[in-house]
Amino acid sequence: MRSILTIAHLTLYDARRRKILGAAALCAAVFLTVFTTAIAFATRELIERPAPFLERQAAFAVFSILGLYAANFLSVLLSALLPVDALSGEIDSGVMQTLASKPVRRSEIVLGKWLGYGVVIVGYFLVVAGGVLLAIRLAAGYVALNFAVALPLMVLELLLMLSVSIAGGTRLGTVTNGIATIGFYGVAFIGGWVEQFGALSGLHSARTVGIAVSLLSPPDTLWRLSAYYLQPDIVRTLGNGGPFSAASVPSSMMVWWALGFTVLTVCAAVYSFRDRQL
Amino acid sequence: MTDRVIDARGLRKYFGETLAVDDLSLTVGPGEIFGFLGPNGAGKTTSIKMLLSLVSPDAGEGEVLGMPIGSRASRTRVGFLPEHCRFHDSLTARELVRFHGRLHGMRGQPLETRIDQLLSRVDLLDAADRPLRGYSKGMLQRAGLAQALVHDPLLVFLDEPTSGLDPLGRLLVRDILSELRSRGVSVFLNSHLLGEVETTCDRVAFVKQGRVVHHLTLGAAPSSFEIEIRAVPLDARVLEGLAQFGAIAARQAIDCVRLRVAGDAVLPEVSRWLVTQGVQLYELKGRRKSLEEWFVDVMGDDQRPG
Repeated sequence: MRSILTIAHLTLYDARRRKILGAAALCAAVFLTVFTTAIAFATRELIERPAPFLERQAAFAVFSILGLYAANFLSVLLSALLPVDALSGEIDSGVMQTLASKPVRRSEIVLGKWLGYGVVIVGYFLVVAGGVLLAIRLAAGYVALNFAVALPLMVLELLLMLSVSIAGGTRLGTVTNGIATIGFYGVAFIGGWVEQFGALSGLHSARTVGIAVSLLSPPDTLWRLSAYYLQPDIVRTLGNGGPFSAASVPSSMMVWWALGFTVLTVCAAVYSFRDRQL
Repeated sequence: MTDRVIDARGLRKYFGETLAVDDLSLTVGPGEIFGFLGPNGAGKTTSIKMLLSLVSPDAGEGEVLGMPIGSRASRTRVGFLPEHCRFHDSLTARELVRFHGRLHGMRGQPLETRIDQLLSRVDLLDAADRPLRGYSKGMLQRAGLAQALVHDPLLVFLDEPTSGLDPLGRLLVRDILSELRSRGVSVFLNSHLLGEVETTCDRVAFVKQGRVVHHLTLGAAPSSFEIEIRAVPLDARVLEGLAQFGAIAARQAIDCVRLRVAGDAVLPEVSRWLVTQGVQLYELKGRRKSLEEWFVDVMGDDQRPG
């Protein structure tokens, strides 16, 4: 356990000095600035109009979902790309040789990296998502619905993506792993759209295909379930399609599947790295 | 603790269809500085990696510090300086050594004291708090040496430890190797710099196409002493007579021959015999065969590039 914490500490230390994290922090700062400005102007306009209470609440709910969608998306990209060379890059450069020649288990290296990057990514998400919730609370006095349920689901999505990226790095080169991890998320994204489209249009086969895709690649399911919890009833009934739609609400069993998927992926990473020739 | 810090028996490694190491068998004793020599692609680095559990052998077995190769326990008192000295370059040298010390279970003031001691020894104390990304290759190698020694190992693997160092840096490494030997630490040295190996190693193994083809105890190698004779005539009768003193190593010219003999004690006898045979002796000099010559002889012409 001590070795895991030491490697996690090194990973954290190294990650904070990397340019990709700086770029992600800059993106988050720009996004939060734009979002706060937009919500401030929108609130003033809604108050001046004046809009009915329900309409205002619906607008603020949509704003909070949009903001959290962006926070989630930025964090998903970070969770896919930040650890993409965690193992493959260090294997290619030879850094791993010094590390693995120490009296540490290969599993401790994988778990230490996972833990270190997990802390960075979850921390990043909580700062950005917290910024969104705070901005809407201060500007409009609106508290996002069920955010205490939605945020952990999004955190699980990020940890799932992190696990996929780390697992890929045990066997794939850095660029290949980046493409594969983003591709994995892309498949989930498309699967979600197909499922929503199938539900909206009554095409049972399309919905089944979408659900099957979600089983193979579950991250988008977690976002859609989060979005469902964040929506007030009035928004849910609109059935707007796309990533915010509640036309096809994922089963809560999918959360357990996503959790199991994450654990299995980490186990696969450990198993794969155990025999990796360095 | 056994009398062998490394005991490898028949280690073999394939990469796909390519045989990288074939039947690696060697032993290294406590306090011994062991040189591992061979041309590029001979399997030296792969051999080190097998001994360090970085790659798994396809066949064979062995022990490092009495523990089975591949086990975590075999790496507890082992230090390693890799060939290319790549580390997390956002770390400073002090952080690098501290991190590797922690992986060996070291903590607190003893670790900090050891870090200062080592960085001072490798002459990096002034640069200890600068990120490694600004280091020269030589500085990186010295930082790497410090991380390899932080836990006071009993066995150190050094893969080309002096390749990026200036003469003073090489002298520093040589001094550190001597210190290690005097403390009973064994060193497994992989280097192309044969002069360095010759001055530091007790024993060497030559690797060719994945196999250890020759072992040599430096300084005490039988037939490592040669005499060069320049005399007239050096005809068949004289050469036949010279064979009583040793083997003819090379006929360098019509009036020059090299003879491999047991030691320099034979020189007066050879000169007396030549004079009694009526041979005009112009030059007679003895010299020990250099490691480079050994290397060329053992590897053969087929290993020469071009």
